[in-house]
Amino acid sequence: MAEQKHITAWCSIFDNKVVKNGTQLFDAKSVGINEFVVAVYKHLQVQYPKFYKMDNLSKLGWLATEVLLKDNFDKSSYAPTQVAVVLANANASLDSDLKYLESVKDGASPALFVYTLPNIVIGEICIRNGFKGENTFYITVHFDAAMIHRQVSETMDHKAAACICGWVDVLGEDYKAVLFLVETNKEGIPFSETNLKKLFESN
Amino acid sequence: MDVRQLHKDVFVIADNILSPIGSTTAENILGLKNGESGVWQHSNTNILPGTFSASLFSPSHIFLEEEGDYTKFEQLLIASVTDAVRELSEIVSSERTLLIISSTKGNISLLETKAHSAGLYQRIALYTSAGLVARHFGFVNTPIIISNACISGVVAIITGMRLLQSGDYDHAIVVGADVISKFVLSGFGSFQALSNELCKPFDKDRKGINLGEGAATVVLSNMAKNSDDLKILGGAISNDANHISGPSRTGEELAWAINEALTEADLTNSDISFISAHGTATLYNDEMEANAINIAGMQTIPVNSLKGYYGHTLGAAGLIETVVSLHSLKEGIILPTPGFQNSGVSKPLNVNAQMLKGPLTNGLKTASGFGGCNAALIFGK
Repeated sequence: MAEQKHITAWCSIFDNKVVKNGTQLFDAKSVGINEFVVAVYKHLQVQYPKFYKMDNLSKLGWLATEVLLKDNFDKSSYAPTQVAVVLANANASLDSDLKYLESVKDGASPALFVYTLPNIVIGEICIRNGFKGENTFYITVHFDAAMIHRQVSETMDHKAAACICGWVDVLGEDYKAVLFLVETNKEGIPFSETNLKKLFESN
Repeated sequence: MDVRQLHKDVFVIADNILSPIGSTTAENILGLKNGESGVWQHSNTNILPGTFSASLFSPSHIFLEEEGDYTKFEQLLIASVTDAVRELSEIVSSERTLLIISSTKGNISLLETKAHSAGLYQRIALYTSAGLVARHFGFVNTPIIISNACISGVVAIITGMRLLQSGDYDHAIVVGADVISKFVLSGFGSFQALSNELCKPFDKDRKGINLGEGAATVVLSNMAKNSDDLKILGGAISNDANHISGPSRTGEELAWAINEALTEADLTNSDISFISAHGTATLYNDEMEANAINIAGMQTIPVNSLKGYYGHTLGAAGLIETVVSLHSLKEGIILPTPGFQNSGVSKPLNVNAQMLKGPLTNGLKTASGFGGCNAALIFGK
């Protein structure tokens, strides 16, 4: 019924390593998350000063998307509304919720409050890339390949021709991002629950 | 092949609204028709300095006869679903039924009163609440949880609609809830986005939002139960790709979602009898919505905002306002917009100020939120 969908790229940022399509691109041993995300940003050699204003969840998702799309994604072949973003995690925005609540004692900060929603990372990815398609943030206790596969298939069968999907989670020093680029009528790994699970676990 | 040709009908066979106005949909609709509002001025310096207006449950409100270990958030979810599924035990226990939960902040208020620990963080997590609610009712399938800012409720209904249309499930119980505490109030306060008096959506003197707490449920099914069950006909989601805390300058992205939802419903803009807007009464949201409604060519269609009755109920808003709109459509009434007197948006808009009566066919619900997200949902006969 629907067009063939393929995973045309994947990227993980986990355990102080950045891996794309199974190849390690960058690592930085024994640094905390705050230093690590900045090190990855500098390694990418892009100019995006807004990066420094983001919370760690947004930084992580933003960086993973930069790596995911670099050199292999032809933005011009899609209308802005044809690109969707579907993400999930376990801790929602708790990492930023804790930081915001701490700030309330000295006067609530709007710059922190805005990051107390998990879907803000989707907003940051959309702003960076001009993506205007469907976007949803789900909460699951673990990466749920079946759920992601089904929800991405729904949005791609209805509206989107490309979708960035996967897992972005941060709580304190624990973090993990694994993102997939799914496209229609392009060569790649068949988009299936099994392949999502296999690639997620290979990281 | 056009996937729409394969679509199954999706009926709303039961629903509930649990708000300070009432604990059932019937109580809520009656209250609204009588002009009741849940929004009152509060003074609680533990939460915010000075006074603020919000729609809050009384601290002594009892949601469940047996509270158990459920938090207020979970009690809201359970109480709302309990009322909605009163005559639907076969659907609750079916393997073909999915529970979908929508919330922006869930149990976040526990962070304000409990000692912080890894155990507390897990207790707060939305998946913990979803598991407790699913076990309470005996739902077979793992619930889907959506946390997508203020469009969460509308997205949850769209998600349920699609999973029924595609045949993955036969029934979806979609419930949304949010609780208002210091966390959320101080945050919106820090944006200078709170109005101290009743909010005034689309009005020239609008000064910001009222927050509100509540829950609502819709039971979706591919089989109608009652002769007057309405259908969910189409929906779409978009992103502004503009700013994380300010809406689109043009409204084009919400307009795109409206047009996509119309296409999916196989309708045109002239088939829509009324619009239930997001209408938060902030300067920028209402202006953006007016732009979007004009781009979609719907500026003469009556539009209302229900925020003056319920406040902005965050992850419950899309559900509460859709349930009200479904019943408005059935009863042939378009509710007024409390707080609205004189238009304060730069594009023409037919903001409904008085109760209208007449035959209605289809309705549109819109929502927009932080992160630049927009959603549109079409329902009808």
